Amino acid sequence: MQSSAALEYDYSVAKLYMWTTVIFGIVGMTIGVLIASQLAWPELNYLFGEYGTFSRLRPLHTNVVIYGFTVSGIMATFYYAAQRVLKVSLAELPFFNFLAKLDFVAYLFAAAAMVVSELMGITASKEYAQMEWPLDVAIVVYWVIWGIVMFGMIGARREKALYISMWYYIATFLGVAMLYVFNNMEVPTIFFSGGVGAWYHSVSMYAGTNDALVQWWWGHNAVAFVFTVPIIAMIYYFLPKESGQAVYSYKLSLLSFWGLMFVYLWAGGHHLLWSTVPDWMQTMGSVFSVVLILPSWGSAINMLLTMKGEWNQLTENPLIKFMILASTFYMLSTLEGPIQSVKSVNAIAHFTDWIPGHVHDGVLGWVAFMIFAAIMHMSTRVFKREIYSKSLLEAQFWIQTIGVVLYFTSMWIAGITQGMMWRAVDEYGNLMYSFIDTVSVLHPYYAIRAIGGLLYLIGMFMFAYNFIMTATAGRKLEQEPQFRSPMA
Amino acid sequence: MFHWLEKNPFLFAVGVFVVIAFAGLIEILPNFAEASRPVKGLKPYTVLELAGKEVYKKDNCIACHSQLIRPFKAETDRYGRYSLSGEYAYDRPFLWGSKRTGPDLHRVGNYRTPEWHANHMWDPKSVVPASIMPAYKHQFTNIADIATAYAEAVTVKKVFHTPYGDDIQPGKAAYEKYYKEKVLPEALKIAKAMKNKDVLDMVKQGKVPEIVALIAYLERLK
Repeated sequence: MQSSAALEYDYSVAKLYMWTTVIFGIVGMTIGVLIASQLAWPELNYLFGEYGTFSRLRPLHTNVVIYGFTVSGIMATFYYAAQRVLKVSLAELPFFNFLAKLDFVAYLFAAAAMVVSELMGITASKEYAQMEWPLDVAIVVYWVIWGIVMFGMIGARREKALYISMWYYIATFLGVAMLYVFNNMEVPTIFFSGGVGAWYHSVSMYAGTNDALVQWWWGHNAVAFVFTVPIIAMIYYFLPKESGQAVYSYKLSLLSFWGLMFVYLWAGGHHLLWSTVPDWMQTMGSVFSVVLILPSWGSAINMLLTMKGEWNQLTENPLIKFMILASTFYMLSTLEGPIQSVKSVNAIAHFTDWIPGHVHDGVLGWVAFMIFAAIMHMSTRVFKREIYSKSLLEAQFWIQTIGVVLYFTSMWIAGITQGMMWRAVDEYGNLMYSFIDTVSVLHPYYAIRAIGGLLYLIGMFMFAYNFIMTATAGRKLEQEPQFRSPMA
Repeated sequence: MFHWLEKNPFLFAVGVFVVIAFAGLIEILPNFAEASRPVKGLKPYTVLELAGKEVYKKDNCIACHSQLIRPFKAETDRYGRYSLSGEYAYDRPFLWGSKRTGPDLHRVGNYRTPEWHANHMWDPKSVVPASIMPAYKHQFTNIADIATAYAEAVTVKKVFHTPYGDDIQPGKAAYEKYYKEKVLPEALKIAKAMKNKDVLDMVKQGKVPEIVALIAYLERLK
């Protein structure tokens, strides 16, 4: 990658999203720790009356970390990296710059409306698509404006060939647009009821098994296009930039990209194994989930090999640590997912805590670690300051790593214990345990998980402090660092 | 070999879209007509039951309870016969859930009573001492949104031809008539079976608390 001293990039939008990443991270993870603790200590359900129960808060947790923390992180890195790989400054494109800022304001309003409506229990109830139709419309508008800005920037680019990260950002835009629109097809009741009932209420276009099929086509691929594709975009940009190493293999990145695009969408069926969805689709879901290991590991290995000959950086630079551990967790979680997608394993794992365990080794270990590294790398460039504290970053890294390990190991044990107890029979073939036995046995694991989550949250606060201090009090840099981010 | 594509963002985007849309076309489309046929004898939800389903959504019971009994002996022993696709034909949205922190509820109407539910929602520990479920006392005072449930019935009748009777018609007058003649008597039956005096008094005054609608819905799950 060439340096681009000639161009003055405009980071105003990237900065705004960097701040919201930090804020939503704290909010979303705090709710996460609260609801994890509620499972271990149920009295915590009564802190905020009707609005504080586990059931009401759980979608708020998932949506704030997905649409708040992660989407903010995606947008921050996009508005930073896209300018640089396309060799075009947003300052040269006032119209698109304005649209991007407008879109940020729309984002804040949509996020606020999402939080309020979910606390009130106004929900379409489909997982990760709880928002009712007026909010869905707002979200689609927000997303389309982002697409317009992206293609506007691409149209004005100086670097003719799109860098790998751009492939993944384009795919993020298209994938989420397609999935979100089709999964949220719903009929507002107010158009038919002659003025009766709430104006924001709607019914799904699809019923029963069909609805399930579309929902998990979405649900699984929201993971693909929010938690995987744009995060790969980040690592392809920030790992080479931070380490000063060229991406190991262009061909491997090509294979991984197109492989991921083709295979991922089929795998949604693995959420519906042993359900009333036709058997052939369930098997397709299993088979493609296993095939998915190839493109997933392709990207991860490409990243690990990018460090070839420079592994010493792993001990010297905490940002490299975050990114390499992120790739490693990506490998773990993309091996674990296919294992859970095998029908016999799924018979035990489904409906148990192994599933949230799997989700969290992915999102805490891979997604959030990558976002932390990206934000710190960017902050030295956009604020033109040194990272405030290296030792704080190191401490955060270890505290959070321990947190993640506690989280997923306890949930593995909890999930398998529960799955085995549900099916255990005595010598006469009768069920051995009542349901509540299988709940009570989980208490220690729920407690360990809550502690793991708390450690991660503490790390999040350390990160927030480090970020704020970097932005406001870090030592001023004379010139932009070429590779390694300077830190005190 | 693909360098030309990376210099042509439009074709690149089209290529990505085709590749990601492919799976959806093959997997989702063919099954659509078939999977939503109701099993024989399945009736659409009553308006009170629909209002209960809204309470189920509002307090997000699916965070911890599934409605999908898988075809394993351990599951049919515990919850009753395994679930069939046609049983969900009127479920918009589907409420299968993805996590069983609590037990499956697809056939809960077979083995619990309104009185049990009333005690359980007021204080879960009173019926299951080790329960970690929170109490949902606010459901005993919040008034159920019957109007929106009625609007839903009108909408699915018109748009999806769900077989409701002629008494489900758009407009406020039709709704008020239906509320008095159909919803209140049904609610009264549930309230009596709950054996809770405060709830019964409310229904007698013409108000339906959320808990009554929710129990009507849970009783329907069989």
